[in-house]
Amino acid sequence: MSLAALLVLADGRFPAGGHAHSGGAEAACKAGRIHDAATLEEFCRGRLHTAGLTAAGLAAAAALGLDPAVLDAAADARTPSPALRAAARRLGRQLLRAARAPWPAAELDALAAAFPRGAHQPVVLGLTARAAGLGPPEAAHVAAYESVSGPATATVRLLGLDPFEASGVLARLAPELDAVSDRAARAAHRARREGPGALPAASSPLLDIAAEVHADWPVRLFAS
Amino acid sequence: MSLTVAGAPPAAPPAPAPPGPAPSESDAPARPSPTGPAPARTAPARTGVRATARISAVADGRGGTALPLLAGEGPLALRRTRGTAAEAGVMLVGAMSAPLGGDHLTVEAATGPGARLALASAAATLALPGRGGAPARYDVRLTLAGDSALRWLPEPLVSVRGSDLRVRTRAELAPTARLLLREEQVLGRTGEAPGLLRSRLTVTRDGRPLLDQELACGPGAPGGWDGPAGLAGHRALGQLLVVDPAFAASAPTAAVLGEFAAVTPLAGPAVLVTALAPDALRLREVLDAACRTYGW
Repeated sequence: MSLAALLVLADGRFPAGGHAHSGGAEAACKAGRIHDAATLEEFCRGRLHTAGLTAAGLAAAAALGLDPAVLDAAADARTPSPALRAAARRLGRQLLRAARAPWPAAELDALAAAFPRGAHQPVVLGLTARAAGLGPPEAAHVAAYESVSGPATATVRLLGLDPFEASGVLARLAPELDAVSDRAARAAHRARREGPGALPAASSPLLDIAAEVHADWPVRLFAS
Repeated sequence: MSLTVAGAPPAAPPAPAPPGPAPSESDAPARPSPTGPAPARTAPARTGVRATARISAVADGRGGTALPLLAGEGPLALRRTRGTAAEAGVMLVGAMSAPLGGDHLTVEAATGPGARLALASAAATLALPGRGGAPARYDVRLTLAGDSALRWLPEPLVSVRGSDLRVRTRAELAPTARLLLREEQVLGRTGEAPGLLRSRLTVTRDGRPLLDQELACGPGAPGGWDGPAGLAGHRALGQLLVVDPAFAASAPTAAVLGEFAAVTPLAGPAVLVTALAPDALRLREVLDAACRTYGW
């Protein structure tokens, strides 16, 4: 495992298009559910244990070498919101484009050919980690981290929240991030024996509903 | 912990075990007479009650649906209700207060080719604390053969303070089957803190996953469950799932029903209506309206 490859993949400046998505934070800020660092932290915690865990499980399973088409179908079943399915595929397509330059791999080429409109982002992320020589725990960590770093960064822009406070939120979530990633990686190993039904399917009804509300807005700062 | 439940019969003193195999065997033969007197809670609270209700619906060849298997057990009694010409009706009647911690209840319903079944429950299900602190389990398994239709419309599940319940609902559909499924979860009785409720709903169609969702809320659930990315203070949540092959040709469009409910077409011929509400009554209003629009 190359620690440096992990840093490159997890870097917010990696050109995979994630900066255009708020992970539900824009809708939550508008509704007043996020209004300061404390509510941002609770939002991130809730997202980490639901959408974050589910994404981390899919990413870990892809990094382990499970069939990406099967995982993509599992991701569809875990994403009832069409707005979030579209966002996940758009992000997957952008990540795949960015990943094939630094880590050329036959598996990434095959994924691009099989999913011209983009596969779910966590599946692409897992395969990218694999191409970069990383394993399921690292893929899970990146997915889990992205599930909270996106909303934290977006809230700095949306509310003018102090960036130091936003970083504090992420740092305080670190132990839970580790726990979620470990759980996701363990589930990936179970899924290799038992099928994708063993992967987490944790969901948040409010995140799904708010994503549809957000997609209805005529003007918005973030794509999701 | 000794919470009492309004309307629930008091736990009966230990009675002689029923004849035949132990009730804890999940493969115990079906009782021939589901309409007999309500059985007493016989198992000690330590191990909990294990009970399975089985329903099988088949097309009778004359345009109607017959019920060759209708077998309740323990707290799960089944009553045939007035159906329609084509659709058979079954009511699940709680014969004792359950599930308590440690109990394991299972409902299995299967519709054969062309059969039509409506399955409802007579009252809300209360998840109650047990004596030993073990979680209770409630499993629902629905199996739908080709051209069959099943409506599974139970009353709400109420998570009572101190309870710990895991709900597992699995539905397996043939490609031409139709399913209407409602789930309502209420956190605590009026003004009461909830227990721990974990549920997973898995729906497959033609062996492929159509919907897979896990939910955890209440004390002991992962952090943030009631926060701005969780329930945000709502105490009732529910969903209505409609799977209909006709949606392949004309799928319902995504829609927002106020700030806390949405209609989401799935990545298959199905639509899911998800709603959060302050209480069970207002939740039902949203889901009833959705049922009139998308269901049958």
